[in-house]
Amino acid sequence: MPKMTAFHPRLEPLNETKVWKNWSGFLVAPQFKYSLTNEYYAIRSSASLLDTSPLFKYRISGSNSVRLLERIMSRDIKRCKVGGAQYTVWSNENGFVIQDGVILRTDEFEFYLTAGEPTLRYFNSIAREMQLDQVTVEDVSEAYGILALQGPHAHNVISQLSKDATDLKYFDVANGKLGDADVIISRTGYTGDLGYEIWVPQDKALTVWDSLMKAGEGYNIAPIGTTALKMARVEAGLLLMGVDFDSSRFAWVDAQRETAIELGWSWMFRNLEKDDRDFIGRRAIEAEIKNKTSRWKTVGLEIDWHSYEAVHLEAGILPPKSDLYRETTMSIYRRSETPWEYAGYATSFLFSSLLRKPIAIAKLPLDLTGEGTEVDLEVSVIRKPVNVLAKVTSLPFFNPERKTALMGGGK
Amino acid sequence: MSNSNNYDAIVIGGGHNGLVNAAYLAKSGLKTLVLERRHLVGGAAITEELVPGFKFTTFSYAISLMRPDIVQDLRLADHGMLVLPLVNTFQPDFNGNYLLLGADADANFHEIARHSREDAESIRDLSHLIDRVCFALKPLMDNIPPNAMSDDPAELAAMAGLKDYMAGLEPDVQAMIDKFVNCSAAEILEEYFESDLVKALIASSGIIGSKVGPRSKGSGLVWLFHKMGEYDGVLGEWGFHKGGNGGFTEVLAKAVVAFGGTILTDADVDTVIYENAVATGVRLASGDEFFAPTVVSALDPRRTFTQLVSSDDLPNSLTEAIGKYKFQGTAAKVNFALSDLPSFPGLENRKDIFMGFTNLGPSIDYLEKAFADCEAGRYSKKPFLDCCVQSTIDPDMTPPGKHIMSCFVMYAPYHLSESDWDTERENLGDVVQATIEEFFPGFGSLILHREIVTPLDIERIVGLTEGNIFAGELFADQMFLNRPAPGWNQYRTPISGYYQCGSGTHPGGCVIGGPGKLAAQQILGDLKNQEN
Repeated sequence: MPKMTAFHPRLEPLNETKVWKNWSGFLVAPQFKYSLTNEYYAIRSSASLLDTSPLFKYRISGSNSVRLLERIMSRDIKRCKVGGAQYTVWSNENGFVIQDGVILRTDEFEFYLTAGEPTLRYFNSIAREMQLDQVTVEDVSEAYGILALQGPHAHNVISQLSKDATDLKYFDVANGKLGDADVIISRTGYTGDLGYEIWVPQDKALTVWDSLMKAGEGYNIAPIGTTALKMARVEAGLLLMGVDFDSSRFAWVDAQRETAIELGWSWMFRNLEKDDRDFIGRRAIEAEIKNKTSRWKTVGLEIDWHSYEAVHLEAGILPPKSDLYRETTMSIYRRSETPWEYAGYATSFLFSSLLRKPIAIAKLPLDLTGEGTEVDLEVSVIRKPVNVLAKVTSLPFFNPERKTALMGGGK
Repeated sequence: MSNSNNYDAIVIGGGHNGLVNAAYLAKSGLKTLVLERRHLVGGAAITEELVPGFKFTTFSYAISLMRPDIVQDLRLADHGMLVLPLVNTFQPDFNGNYLLLGADADANFHEIARHSREDAESIRDLSHLIDRVCFALKPLMDNIPPNAMSDDPAELAAMAGLKDYMAGLEPDVQAMIDKFVNCSAAEILEEYFESDLVKALIASSGIIGSKVGPRSKGSGLVWLFHKMGEYDGVLGEWGFHKGGNGGFTEVLAKAVVAFGGTILTDADVDTVIYENAVATGVRLASGDEFFAPTVVSALDPRRTFTQLVSSDDLPNSLTEAIGKYKFQGTAAKVNFALSDLPSFPGLENRKDIFMGFTNLGPSIDYLEKAFADCEAGRYSKKPFLDCCVQSTIDPDMTPPGKHIMSCFVMYAPYHLSESDWDTERENLGDVVQATIEEFFPGFGSLILHREIVTPLDIERIVGLTEGNIFAGELFADQMFLNRPAPGWNQYRTPISGYYQCGSGTHPGGCVIGGPGKLAAQQILGDLKNQEN
């Protein structure tokens, strides 16, 4: 029997499709409305509310918490201020990514982390290995629910209920009150839009949900499911574990593992020479940088509309467009004299209703990753493989000013 | 004359086709100027804040997606093009029955099956057939049509090619095209459906903006045209542009400027300047002059051929054709600012029923009666209404919790036999309000503001002759080879360097941008030939 999140009693009647799927053992709605595109536009045009409670949640505290996180995380936790958040990864000794996640620093020695897969024992085992006392890693997965409030009107909604969100800059965090609930609010999200994520104690889940939905009514707030979220995250260039990469923890061979640099996160190591931490995977990452041994680079692909349309029209059909989001691997070839010369692959594909064209997240060998490089992407047209022209572009595809704009006025 | 008044191309009229045309010309490197008579661009696609916080789409109110190649070519997404898809279509009758159709085909089957199980199946067959018809006609919509009056070998070959193409279509597609051209919408619908609500819902597409009833020949073609318009890979993909249709033309204006074009508002063009049938520029009502070897009129055919230039300088055949070209606007708009959503008995507190088109006109007979008034030179006492509460889709249209409702009204003939529109304006508003009240009791108490737009207002404000929303009827003898006149359907005019790009040219009305794009294609092709 799947479990239900703390918000489920409210979600159940709102799901007009009555379709549910399993996310880490919890029931979640892939979509609430029949019109997926409309649901998606709650994120880009009004305000959306998403239950992300199935994420694993950890509280790391104690005077040695920073030391532990310095060792585990590939990105330097010391660069995360109190009241700030960090998008980070943890890697194995060979520099391969185990997981990514967002960590919130609510106090000098108090951190909250979300993760796609369980990591309690792993963190504790590192603490034991380091013989660290004064650090506690708690699994608080079921103590909190998390709501993502995302969209251009997100601040208009939350500011009716709490003044604590207004001064948050992008990736800031605050302990605050939402009605009578003690919550943690972060200016973060997985949509690339203006938005907040709110950690809510289980027993306050329904009242917080109700108050947000009520405050959002005049802004057409809509509950959204995981598919609309995933469509938005492709536009935002945000990778999804299990789709765009796999955890190296349960991989069989290195071909299934990827480094943070291969995944496009080399910016996390910009200050590596000034960073004296002995973090797990450091030597491998340094060697990768020094010897340029990255096998891939993760890039965006913009599929040429004319080419995409033409291959379908030639076959006598219309290009499939609306509501099209795929997580299946698609092959990419070099445009050369030799046909079908394999080069790499796309992992997430979306016909972006917003950008009016198909886009994809892809892995390509380094010589093909320059901005504007042309490649062939294999699509299936009436069950036959056909190549369409695509151009390499940097991520994200969509990055509105409102995502990072100050809400409280000032600069 | 100062250098600053010299351009490569001047586009007269900043409606959406004028802007599309100008953006293409500017993109190709031409120094392009758009001259708009009013204080804002957009033509009939504008948004105005008539009451603080309430955005009114005074005229055009919804968008069927522009051809994606235009969106790509002009990078409209980068400039903020954002079309919010409609969720539902709601068609109530007077007895509390209704059809509520949405995005899910299976749910729609069961909804229609409440009225007729056979109709629920028929609609799938008919929709698929219409999809195939639209697909077959797509090349005709997306290309400059051949000139049937020319004996140029290339044109003769194009006409022969067209004939072959049509003859090569699959027989059921050909037969359906014949039906659309030769039958009324009602005739076709009788063949497929038994439910009045279903028939009326579809038939309304056959009368929109046109002086035809659902039982008039011609309504078949108007219906088909609306399917073509909404045809963009996904059937029924109509939407509201963020901020109303004025939001869309603002995006187009940004594209024009981004490509280096210039837009001048409050610039009323009085005449095109030409000598020996060669255009050299335009003169404004203010007396200012601007010069360019290419001048494009985005106005309707009557203004293009009788106002901006002298008919005396045109061949008689063209002048006669333009004289006969039918405008005869029959549509009005009544827009409301509302304190709350209307309520349908039995579906109270259901915001979703308003998230799309609300179609008031529950039977073919109802629509036909409304048309009988029009034929008699009166506005319909019981009009057909296409209502959109845009604020249910786009919260930025109103203050939170309030609503805006745009109602397209049929029929409101431009020529009233026993009165005039300045006398009847408020009466029309009352009739529309009373009709809505019949379906949604208590509607009147929600009204904060009412805007009434008669065909005369459309003509006065937008400049569309007789208030015809398509810049000329979408009748077979005014389309494709004949739009706006036989022999002059390729955007050129008898005056060299003077072109036309409004909705009165192929492929015609609605916010689709085709005329603007194809005219630009013709102009750029001609310029290239001149170089060679």
